[in-house]
Amino acid sequence: MPRYIATRLLAAAAMALLASLVVFLISALVPGDPVLAQLGDILASNPATVAEWRAKWGLDLPLWERYGIFLNGLAHGDLGISIATRRPVLEDIAQYAPATVELATVSFLLTLVIGIPLGIAAAVWRDSWVDSLARAVSLLGVSAPTFWLAFIMLAIFYGGLEWAPGPGRMDPIAFPPEGPTGLFLVDTLLARDWESFWDCAAHLVLPSIVLAAATIGLITRTTRAAMLDSLGQDYVRVSRAKGLKERAIVLRHALPNALVPVVTLGGLAFANLLAGAVMTETVFAWPGLGRYTFRSAAALDFPAIMGITLVVSATYLLVNLLVDLSYAALDPRVRR
Amino acid sequence: MSASTVPPLALPPAMPVPRARWRRRLRRYGPAWLGGGIVLLWVLVALLAPWISPYPPDAQDVVNRLQPPSAAHWLGTDVLGRDVFSRLLHGARLSLLAGFTVVLVGAAIGTTVGIVAAWARGFWDEALMRLTDLVLCFPPIILALAIAAALGIGTQNTILAMLVVWWPKFARLGRALALVQRGQEYVEAATVLGLKPRRILARHILPNTLGPLAVLVTLDLGNAILTFAGLSFLGLGVVPPTPEWGSMVAEGRELVEQWWIAAFPGFAILTVVVGFNFCGDGLRDWLDPRARSR
Repeated sequence: MPRYIATRLLAAAAMALLASLVVFLISALVPGDPVLAQLGDILASNPATVAEWRAKWGLDLPLWERYGIFLNGLAHGDLGISIATRRPVLEDIAQYAPATVELATVSFLLTLVIGIPLGIAAAVWRDSWVDSLARAVSLLGVSAPTFWLAFIMLAIFYGGLEWAPGPGRMDPIAFPPEGPTGLFLVDTLLARDWESFWDCAAHLVLPSIVLAAATIGLITRTTRAAMLDSLGQDYVRVSRAKGLKERAIVLRHALPNALVPVVTLGGLAFANLLAGAVMTETVFAWPGLGRYTFRSAAALDFPAIMGITLVVSATYLLVNLLVDLSYAALDPRVRR
Repeated sequence: MSASTVPPLALPPAMPVPRARWRRRLRRYGPAWLGGGIVLLWVLVALLAPWISPYPPDAQDVVNRLQPPSAAHWLGTDVLGRDVFSRLLHGARLSLLAGFTVVLVGAAIGTTVGIVAAWARGFWDEALMRLTDLVLCFPPIILALAIAAALGIGTQNTILAMLVVWWPKFARLGRALALVQRGQEYVEAATVLGLKPRRILARHILPNTLGPLAVLVTLDLGNAILTFAGLSFLGLGVVPPTPEWGSMVAEGRELVEQWWIAAFPGFAILTVVVGFNFCGDGLRDWLDPRARSR
């Protein structure tokens, strides 16, 4: 096991280094010269000024030297300055991250609480109405564009029925809680500010359902297939022959074995949450990383886009590493 | 499907029970036919859009802006008074074109890489597979977003950016399938007969991997259309007046009162994706009888 962990860690570190190279190359090989864009036509017509600027930003150095500088900056937490907000990209990301972490965590919990039981029920009562329901939910979840689903939910439950509050994390006239975590639910709980807590919770309902839709579809589908597979195994027949209660067979014997493929889906589910967050946050005016990504893309704010790509892919690598490790913990056959 | 359910040898002559059999067939292949119908309908719409849409897609009629659906404008009008129905029909062209281009070209590149890697083994296998790993270590839409932003707004650039992130899954599948085929006797026989590797790859191994590839391609078309629409929604896929479903939803996303502007194009995306998903599932069941019981 330690050897397996060490190999996986090394591989992930190598991948992270290569990923930084990819991000660097994308930003270095952009068509269009950033210096010309910064200087404007008149100044750019003077070759001396242009050369001075290129030297100032290190653009006259060979590519590999620029990559060294870029890596050195990364090691010191320097992701560059955002063109749109004129602040360090890392500061921006740190400011917007909590809102996304809160939204994604609630969505992930929703996914587990809805997706896994629905998948189990669909497999146990195969071809029943539960199965049809599970099929419909997973098909719609996987096929509906997240940005459209967000709009439809907002139009129905906020615009039409007025059951749900509008976009944003809180009522627009309310003061955001000042707390250590930036997660509003936690901060309001810590401050025992119940009114704000319920306000934040109500604002979370629609976006978290929308964001969870695609992952619920994935998890339901996988759980159902894995459960069907488990339930067809010999040990299930043996358990039945022993006279075990059906409930015990499903929950104690079939389920643990069925969960292994569900866990390996974690990385994919996480990627889905990220992609969904960009769309969901944009429609719900949710001040998180997703909306920051959207605004950076719309403004072609290069340093910001590259910073997000780096941070997100690093997180993605980490999640996949954790998935690999937990897979090994769950299934002894994987350890070499 | 276990061994205990082997049918008795002396079966009574098959008694056709038409209705039950028909129902079973409908259950098994009904969704696939429905999906095929939906896809075919959208392909026809995309081809015939200029002739069947009631208005030109860019015709502005500011007096009649933000009109709800009516007899004159079936799906209402948008902020500039353009007919949503006409724009929706024209939008099918770009969505389908982008989806097919990305998946077919991506599959061609990816499969070639995968099969070559499986055949070459050793250094090239390792190098090509690490390259696919590298692309797969980015969440697809984020990497596509970064590349598309670097290349600049536009359909061609967005398709190019999607291609960069699209081929690796086909490379993995192609390699896995080719590795299985490589061990088969017919490949050994072809080698013994003195056929050149290129001929064995193209004429013998490739055709045998086409089935599973076709399933992934079909299922993936919906995926690609979703991603392209998502990138357009973010403002990268098309330059504004071009009718495209994702950007149409983006234009209407803040108009909750005028829901028809964003709701219908999004619903169009949903139907296409559902159509391709049904087709892909049906194709898989048809090619792999073992999966049928699922």
